Amino acid sequence: MKILVCIKQVPGTNKVEVDEKTGVLKRNGTDSKMNPYDLYALETALRIKEKYGGSVSVISMGPPQAKAVLYEAFAMGADEGALITDRKFGGADVLATSRTLSQGIKKFGEFDIILCGLQTTDGDTAQVGPEVAEMLNIPSICNIEKIEQVQDNTIIVDMDMPEDIERVRVEFPCLLTVKKDIFQPRLPSYIKQQQTQKKDIDIFTFSDMEDQNEKKYGLSGSPTHVERIFPPTSDKIQQHWQGTAQEISGQIYGLLREKKFIR
Amino acid sequence: MAKLIVHQEKITNSQEFIQICPFNAMQEKDNEVIITAGCRMCRLCEKKGQGAVEYIADEVQPQIDKSKWRGIAVYVDHVDGKIHPVTYELLGKARELAAKIAQPVYALFIGNDIEKEADELLHYGADKVYVCEDSELKYFKIEAYTNVFAKFINEVQPSAILVGATPVGRQLAPRVAARFATGLTADCTVLDIKENTDLVQIRPAFGGNIMAQIQTPNTRPQMATVRYKVMDAPQRLDSAVGTIEHLDVAACDLVSHVDVLSVTKKAKETTIDMADVLVVAGRGIKKKQDLQMLEELAGLLGGEVASTRPLVEIGWLDPKKQVGLSGRTVRPKLIITCGVSGSVQFVAGMNHADMILAINNDSKAPIFKTANYAINGDVYEVVPQLINKIKAGEAVL
Ligand SMILES: Cc1cc2nc3c(=O)[nH]c(=O)nc-3n(C[C@H](O)[C@H](O)[C@H](O)COP(=O)(O)OP(=O)(O)OC[C@H]3O[C@@H](n4cnc5c(N)ncnc54)[C@H](O)[C@@H]3O)c2cc1C
Ligand SMILES: Nc1ncnc2c1ncn2[C@@H]1O[C@H](COP(=O)(O)O)[C@@H](O)[C@H]1O
Repeated sequence: MKILVCIKQVPGTNKVEVDEKTGVLKRNGTDSKMNPYDLYALETALRIKEKYGGSVSVISMGPPQAKAVLYEAFAMGADEGALITDRKFGGADVLATSRTLSQGIKKFGEFDIILCGLQTTDGDTAQVGPEVAEMLNIPSICNIEKIEQVQDNTIIVDMDMPEDIERVRVEFPCLLTVKKDIFQPRLPSYIKQQQTQKKDIDIFTFSDMEDQNEKKYGLSGSPTHVERIFPPTSDKIQQHWQGTAQEISGQIYGLLREKKFIR
Repeated sequence: MAKLIVHQEKITNSQEFIQICPFNAMQEKDNEVIITAGCRMCRLCEKKGQGAVEYIADEVQPQIDKSKWRGIAVYVDHVDGKIHPVTYELLGKARELAAKIAQPVYALFIGNDIEKEADELLHYGADKVYVCEDSELKYFKIEAYTNVFAKFINEVQPSAILVGATPVGRQLAPRVAARFATGLTADCTVLDIKENTDLVQIRPAFGGNIMAQIQTPNTRPQMATVRYKVMDAPQRLDSAVGTIEHLDVAACDLVSHVDVLSVTKKAKETTIDMADVLVVAGRGIKKKQDLQMLEELAGLLGGEVASTRPLVEIGWLDPKKQVGLSGRTVRPKLIITCGVSGSVQFVAGMNHADMILAINNDSKAPIFKTANYAINGDVYEVVPQLINKIKAGEAVL
């Protein structure tokens, strides 16, 4: 069984501010890390491998330094890795990212199960997984909270829906996105880290893509345009309330109604 | 991108030829003249090269004909025909947007045995409700639902589509967007529309630290997801105005690689990470049974009770309910802390909440630095009175 996990490198912190004059993002701190949600996807892949055999590959799209997350995955037990990187891929929105990832996945190999995190902490859309599945023309199941079992060429999983848990059987190949807490992610192993720190990874660039239409990648392949960014308003204003409990509870009640917490 | 092409056969003396370039961006390699990354696109080589260099201009991106895409559509989210209230909120928004551009509102309703419920949608301003029914569509199956959705888009050609950011909408919308190679903006908090039918979509980015305004200027349909309780719920109209249309679906569109084996009703959601509203108990709560008061408040607000570490340590609450550095990180829409001092370890787990209300009887409590609403009062007085007011308000409605 061949398992692939899509992992992304994200900024170490979400603490960003907008320069009000220029509209440019000011990022405090430049450290980056593996998208925390992807740790759960990777852990799920490793557990499936440990129970049923097979291999775990990881793939990431990003600038050259995103290699770091692949090595982090090796230290946790992933077997091989690929990085999709090219200046032509910069500025990609969900559609262009998914297209590039799906093309990179085709280049990397054939997989029975592709795992994604539920969402990223920077993009925060939870859309890349299902879009990749659509482009690969394979079924996708999102919000998985339990892996029940692998059987022949299928996997049985529990999907978390608003009011119930749906147990579904999906045929291979398929793409799954897993919830946080499906398994507790393991810590990287020092020994594995030592063994894999010089491991080769595959690098895919634009010339490796099957679809050679440049306009479909990066900024020009992105149907959505960010027109402007601005700091959030209102709520961060601080208010101090004091008075009798009668007055205060009345104020809170009014606020909760206004903000639609009570209908 | 615009580019230059070299016609090798038209070059007589390549050494002389490469001198034309003022930037040294032409080289001879394997008996061919190539243009390197040093090129500044000055096009001197084209002018002086006597036809050996051809300039290929940027293809002008064809502009789509936006007038061919009309109307605002809403995907009807439901479980067994029971319509999720986010649908009505989106219909309200769709009506508002559609009015600005004088176009119709559509609803797309996919399932089995749902026609009865479809009538209700007409009371919320849908001009046409497209119903697609089949026993194969009883459960949400990603491939079949995507196929029906695609068929709807091809037949109706709506300009914009709004989808509730529910577990179903969140996985269905991206597949549809990918199939039509169009933009999908997740979790919009504000939606508006321009005269030229471009949807103005505003959403939080970077964990809510920044807002982004996003448009999909040259593809249709434009797609956006919106969370429950973000838009206003519209008034139900007494009379239904629109009509119900049937959408037929071919058997081949219902083929699926997914089998639903069983559906188990969930015990009431108890995780604090997913709750929209959290009421947090701190050491200001004196007895275990007093937690009932907070449970009641949380219940009225559709939320959960969480706590600080000391209460977990004495065993009043499950460790899963602990917020903070050694507990859970939460990001609800509203968090009300009751008798919590606001230690750094606690605050680290909750300072991204959209709205923070802190009730504490100590006006110098550190939590007041984090709170949006610093409420100086006694939990034992304020909370019961708040509960009474909410209940009285409900009685009036
Ligand atoms: C490594 C480490 C990790 C930790 N991780 C966490 C963690 O993940 N989560 C966590 O919560 N803590 C954590 N702690 C503990 C943390 O430091 C604090 O001890 C704890 O958060 C305090 O909880 P509290 O606010 O409920 O209690 P207190 O600090 O005792 O505060 C009680 C507050 O209630 C107010 N009050 C009392 N009576 C009333 C009343 N009738 N009405 C209104 N207000 C009233 C008081 O004025 C006071 O401000 C951690 C500590 C360490 C060292
Ligand atoms: N650049 C990327 N490289 C690899 N995987 C990605 C990338 N972007 C998104 N993903 C995967 O898609 C999931 C959802 O991402 P998002 O839609 O950005 O919230 C992530 O948890 C990853 O598994």
